[in-house]
Amino acid sequence: MRAAWLIRLCLWLLLCLFLAEPQLFADILRPLNRENAPTIYTQGVLWQLTLIHLTLTAVATLAASIVAITLAILVTRRSGRDFLPLSRSVANIGQTFPPVAVLALAVPVLGFGSAPTLVALFLYGLLPIFENTVTGLTTIPPSVSEAARGVGMTAAQRLFKVELPLAAPLILTGIRVSAVISLGTATIGSTVAARTLGEVIIAGLLTNNMAFIVQGAALVGVLAILIFDLLTVAERAFANRFGASATA
Amino acid sequence: MNSGATQTSEDLRDGGRALWYDKVGLLVAPIAVAAMFLPFMSFAANRIVEAESRSILASLPQTYAVMLLAALGVAALLLLVRTSTKLRAVSAGAAIALLLVAAGLAADHLSADANTYARVRPASGFWLLLFAFSLGLTDAITRLRLRPTTRIALATAALGALLLLVSSGLWSNISFLKEYENQAQLFWREARQHITLSVGSMLAACIVGIPLGITCQNQRGTRSAILNTLTFVQTVPSLALFGLLIAPLSWLASNVPVVSALGIRGIGTAPALVALFAYSLLPITGNTLAGLEGVSTSAREAARGMGMTRHQRLLRIELPLALPAILAGIRIVLVQNIGLTTIAALIGGGGFGVFVFQGLGQASIDLVLLGVIPTIILAFASAVLMDAFIDMSRKERREHR
Repeated sequence: MRAAWLIRLCLWLLLCLFLAEPQLFADILRPLNRENAPTIYTQGVLWQLTLIHLTLTAVATLAASIVAITLAILVTRRSGRDFLPLSRSVANIGQTFPPVAVLALAVPVLGFGSAPTLVALFLYGLLPIFENTVTGLTTIPPSVSEAARGVGMTAAQRLFKVELPLAAPLILTGIRVSAVISLGTATIGSTVAARTLGEVIIAGLLTNNMAFIVQGAALVGVLAILIFDLLTVAERAFANRFGASATA
Repeated sequence: MNSGATQTSEDLRDGGRALWYDKVGLLVAPIAVAAMFLPFMSFAANRIVEAESRSILASLPQTYAVMLLAALGVAALLLLVRTSTKLRAVSAGAAIALLLVAAGLAADHLSADANTYARVRPASGFWLLLFAFSLGLTDAITRLRLRPTTRIALATAALGALLLLVSSGLWSNISFLKEYENQAQLFWREARQHITLSVGSMLAACIVGIPLGITCQNQRGTRSAILNTLTFVQTVPSLALFGLLIAPLSWLASNVPVVSALGIRGIGTAPALVALFAYSLLPITGNTLAGLEGVSTSAREAARGMGMTRHQRLLRIELPLALPAILAGIRIVLVQNIGLTTIAALIGGGGFGVFVFQGLGQASIDLVLLGVIPTIILAFASAVLMDAFIDMSRKERREHR
């Protein structure tokens, strides 16, 4: 357990150091390149690109969470039941749409830049959260809902005090999956001129600059792993806290 | 007691109210009706000038246009009122077929007195109508709970009809079909490459992942190490993984003669296959493990009681019982890989992504659509097929018991 925390800390420190002083790493990356080719990406400031990348992901995931959870609540209510089979199928079919397709199709409507990327991240991020929320809300043991009804809770009380807390672990997992997918899709957003870390990889691919590819890819990869890890830890902390209060 | 009573009375009220409309129809029908008044086709005299939009009435000969509007109106009405689910499915399906044919006719009509540079493509109204009736069709089909074989037959028929439509030349005046005709050879080459990459990496992942799942079950010590490593790999964004593989593979290609003799290069098919393979391992290994874990102790003990060896138990009892879960893993991988293969085009791996990124580079929607539409159809078709297989294997499993 302690080793895990040590690795975590080292990776975060390494990430920050690389973003703050990328030139320190130039010597490590130099052997990858032909002579005289630039080693560190300078057409954009790396920490700024990282910040934009993270902002895009965070905004899209937040918006997707709000919309997906609201929709999932609506289709699991009595009056929305008719939409449940359809919405499940749509979520299922939606997941067969490749992220690149969503991104490419958003461009004719919204033009190039961050806007189509944000829309694609949002649309694609909806599905895992929606699916997990629906699963969480529909798999609550009947005895629990009966008990909640039995103690005279209103529909709103049942939703907020019983159903949502019970579904919370699954919802959080959905949000984590969605965030990690968004982080990866944002990288591809650079093919439609969104300023993200994907820009570094694509610049490397276009100019055959291996150092660019490796630093961009490593940066995105480490970021994705750290965020995945951070959200997993947060989930566990939430579960522990909730579990403790439930037994108290 | 009290709460139970209120619930039943609520149920009765809801059922007894006998709504005349369908709630999903109430959402879908207005979208369809509104879409009938939106631009149906967009028309540009050549690639450079701005496109003008044409409504249904302006893009078809008048009699056809009126007939189309009437038919779509009836189909929308059938979705709105409560009728038999089968009728809803048929009318929504017919509306979609009609739309596809009408788009071809409209393109012919609009380019009749224009030169060969004219570009006609479906506009917002067409896409919205297609979306609305697809929603209606999806809803009806989901509620029909068709048998797996029926679903496969329907999907095959739909694909066949689509291919027929393309080869009949009815769509030859629609801009992205023009693009297709310009580079038909390249299109089918990239199609083969796309399928090779996505299916090939899936097969390789099965060969490695299923035994890995079995190992995970037998040796609990290695389980978390294997699963954690695979989760770790899946977390790395695709473009990053494709990129990171270029370096070691090109090093191998330039330093190990055998590798380069095999045709392996730093960019192209090799890194694409390796990356897709790496992404595929977690769903297959994880699902194999979950399937094996789900085998009931009574089944295991019965097999042991019959004097089966460990090997026999695995092959004859445990793996067949775990089959639905393994197939579910393969479904995830297949759909995921078909989507991810599009990105392989960025590292020279080919596939439909070539058209997508070329189109994005040249700001040509037609090229983008030429890449995106077949990718979606391929992913969707394999999802339908695999879902049917999963249902069949589940049914078989039940009969075995």
